[in-house]
Amino acid sequence: MLQAPRYAQQSMIDPAGPKAAAVYDFWLFLIVTSAVVFVVVVGALLFGALKRRPRAPERAVPVDAEHRVARIVGGAVAATALILAVFLTLNWKLERAIAAPKQGNVLTVDVIGHQWWWEIQYPDSLNVSNWISTANEVHIPVNRPVRLRMTSRDVIHSFWVPNLSGKKDLVPGRVTETWFQADTPGVYRGQCAEFCGHQHANMALLVIAHRPDEFREWVAAARAPASEPYDSLRQAGKQVFLAGSCSLCHSVSGTPAYGRVGPDLTHVGSRRTIAAGTLPNTRGHMAGWILDPQRIKPGAYMPPNGLEPSQLNALLAYLEGLK
Amino acid sequence: MSAPTRNLPVPLDDSAALTELERIWAPRRGFRGWLTSVDHKSIAKRYIVTALIMFLLAGLEAAAMRAQLSRPENTLVGPDMYNQLFSMHGTTMMFLFAVPIMIAVGLYLVPLMVGTRNVAFPRLNACGYWVYLIGAILLYAGFAVNSGPEAGWFAYVPLSGPQYSAGKRTDIWAQMITFTEIAGLIAATQLIVTILKQRAPGMSLNRVPIFVWGMLVTAFMVIFAMPSVAVGSQYLAMDRLISTHFFNPAEGGDALLWQHMFWFFGHPEVYIMFIPGTAIVSALLPAFTRRSVFGYHAVVLSMIATGFIGFGLWVHHMFAAPVPQLGQSLFTAASTMIAIPNGIQIFCWIATIWTGRPIFRTPLLFAIGGIVIFIAGGLTGVMIASIPFDLQVHDTYFIVAHFHYIILGGVVLPLFAGIYYWFPKVTGRLLSETLGKLHFWLMFVGVNVTFFPMHQLGMEGMPRRVYTYLEGTGWGDLNLVATIGAVTIFASVMTFLANVVSAYVRGERAPDNPWDAPTLEWATTSPPAAFNFRNIPVVESGAPLWDHPAELPVVTGLRTDRREVLLTTALDAVPDARHAHPGDSIWPFMLAVAIGIFFITLIFTPWGFVIGTVLSMIAFGIWAWPRGHHDAELLELPRDAAAAGATDRARSEVLR
Repeated sequence: MLQAPRYAQQSMIDPAGPKAAAVYDFWLFLIVTSAVVFVVVVGALLFGALKRRPRAPERAVPVDAEHRVARIVGGAVAATALILAVFLTLNWKLERAIAAPKQGNVLTVDVIGHQWWWEIQYPDSLNVSNWISTANEVHIPVNRPVRLRMTSRDVIHSFWVPNLSGKKDLVPGRVTETWFQADTPGVYRGQCAEFCGHQHANMALLVIAHRPDEFREWVAAARAPASEPYDSLRQAGKQVFLAGSCSLCHSVSGTPAYGRVGPDLTHVGSRRTIAAGTLPNTRGHMAGWILDPQRIKPGAYMPPNGLEPSQLNALLAYLEGLK
Repeated sequence: MSAPTRNLPVPLDDSAALTELERIWAPRRGFRGWLTSVDHKSIAKRYIVTALIMFLLAGLEAAAMRAQLSRPENTLVGPDMYNQLFSMHGTTMMFLFAVPIMIAVGLYLVPLMVGTRNVAFPRLNACGYWVYLIGAILLYAGFAVNSGPEAGWFAYVPLSGPQYSAGKRTDIWAQMITFTEIAGLIAATQLIVTILKQRAPGMSLNRVPIFVWGMLVTAFMVIFAMPSVAVGSQYLAMDRLISTHFFNPAEGGDALLWQHMFWFFGHPEVYIMFIPGTAIVSALLPAFTRRSVFGYHAVVLSMIATGFIGFGLWVHHMFAAPVPQLGQSLFTAASTMIAIPNGIQIFCWIATIWTGRPIFRTPLLFAIGGIVIFIAGGLTGVMIASIPFDLQVHDTYFIVAHFHYIILGGVVLPLFAGIYYWFPKVTGRLLSETLGKLHFWLMFVGVNVTFFPMHQLGMEGMPRRVYTYLEGTGWGDLNLVATIGAVTIFASVMTFLANVVSAYVRGERAPDNPWDAPTLEWATTSPPAAFNFRNIPVVESGAPLWDHPAELPVVTGLRTDRREVLLTTALDAVPDARHAHPGDSIWPFMLAVAIGIFFITLIFTPWGFVIGTVLSMIAFGIWAWPRGHHDAELLELPRDAAAAGATDRARSEVLR
């Protein structure tokens, strides 16, 4: 049994930002109104079916009573229309309220969908060397709106972190946008919401909301190139990484590894999870993942790697060190 | 309930003529007769039995999925098999069960309800069934050799395209769609022409049974909705087979085009299943509340309004896709508005039950249970018309819960109500009430236990179409509850099968009109003769058997020495013509085989187009070859008599 990393429970009824909170408030209206309508209508149906009746001829075809019934039915239809009008009005106000962030200074993050992981980039138009590329984790500051620009490299995916925001699809050939904002620091889990093939179930991501000062620290660390191995074991691990098949698909900045098929591993040691939110990032799980990814995510594009124990040990040490 | 025996319609004076009628309409004997029959009742029964087998198979697929999801990180079913299972479940339920069985119930009942001998194009009708059967066999043959569809019943590109769905899985799916669309269009044509041109004299449009109205609306929806997906699935097949790029963004195609083409069909499809469900409820309420349905005009107009508005909802399946926000608002409005005609129907049913004298037999239980479940599904349906709320629950188990409440409440429970109601007419035997009630309660409880927790799962973030979930998500308990509910539904369906089997073996013989119902299908024997009615009845109200409990007025004068049907005018059902009716033929079957070779060969080679076209043209050419006898002879009646404005009864004299 794999142990899931500890997350904030992924749920739309536990909002952690203004956008999700506005939808939550509207949901309260929906659930209460629906419950009342259900009880009234089903109550009428069951009462009408089960009420006691006077004895009468076998086939009763009332004529005069029809007009009174027609008025009641007409009233019920009018009430339905009224409730729907209220619904549409509140919905319209909600749509206006959450259509765009209220304040400026928006942080832009690019999200690129892959089967079955999320590529996350922080563009910086002024300085390309400040560009941050990571995977399956979106680090954001609290109380600052985040705009996502999204596309897909293969099939359609859908970005969804229920505690913060509703969905938006990632469509190949198009750029889609959505936004959200977190009020409180924390870790919010989301996962792909558009069926995208074998490992759709294991395509999760974390949104990690930091206090602003912590976020600045994270940005500084993320912009730094990979830390150079400082002991012989890790240096051996780096050689395994570069000489083996790893570097064909993965990149580590500051090294000759610049594969773009799999996630960027420059700071893989600092991530909370591996395999797109599937496993906690521990040494044991990383070892299992490297040796046989198909056991954990059948159908994933990463091949099994038959490494010697000493090679594996060195590689794990190297990856751990990529903070 | 009393079961008055009738001797309706008035028998022919001449027993020799009756013998002749039986001989002329009798199907051929043996296996060849089975292949050549064009009787709407035999064909509809085959459709219904095939569709029920599809229902069982799709149910087993659902059971396998529920078993896999009952525990977190379960390894019973791997992702490849799970993806095939849910694709098969959705495809089977939508394309091979729900729509075909509803259309088939219509094909069986409509000619009886409007008082005619057969559907309008009986050979085409037979051909439609065979094409449908070939589609069903193709899909399951593919699944049996590990080539079931894997991209969902909605087959979104590019996941279903050549790059991401290798092998023949999606090709088989796309061609199966083509088969079912051909069959659907054929059946819709039958229903429309039969309803508009073959109604009994006097059955003007305001006397047409609500069930028949429902089938008419459904048939028109099929004709407008299905070409969209038929063309879309051919584009997909061409993208995969001959490298066209309709849906490939890298070559100027567009992934969203498929979604529009699919949902332009896919949303009306919901109403194509559901309007017949409501029509069944309206059809059986009179018998079990002892009054005609309250608000006939309101109910009929609601069904028509649903048919129109139903075409303005498709984008609500695409709220998360890049579609302009202002345009989406139209679909929010339409998705909200459709609650009004459906509300009107529900209120009219409640008024019918309230002012009637309910008799709680199994059909009424299923009808009321269906209404209750459907109301819950309708309320969540209004919720997800809201884009912000929908974006939170879209593609989650909340949606799974929503549409299963709609389909089970609006389609499956009404269908079972209809089966219990019409089973005696179709088979001449009554189903057991005890087993029927057990079936109902198991199903009603099972549906709610299975699907209600899924609302919560969706709001807690569980997406659809996941083959597993991590233990840390906390979704395990509610999933286990849902699986227990699924076991209950399974038990209810087994109870139903036991009921059907025991009714066949030792069921009570059914009289002609066991429920004392008012519509024409109960005016003939149980089961009906091949020619349906000895004489064509004349209708003077919306409840002919209640207004003429002793005997129905009839028209006579149709020839008995060959197959003939009476054609009447579309609005007022004034007798218009006697139409020679085609006999049994093997060529509808042969054409279906040719169409089957056409599309199945296309899966493997573009030459299928050439081979299939030639074979189809040969088969259709022989079918349609003029043979010298008067297959298509129209016998004009004296127009002046029809135009004289006489009463229905006087008009019927014309034929004497």
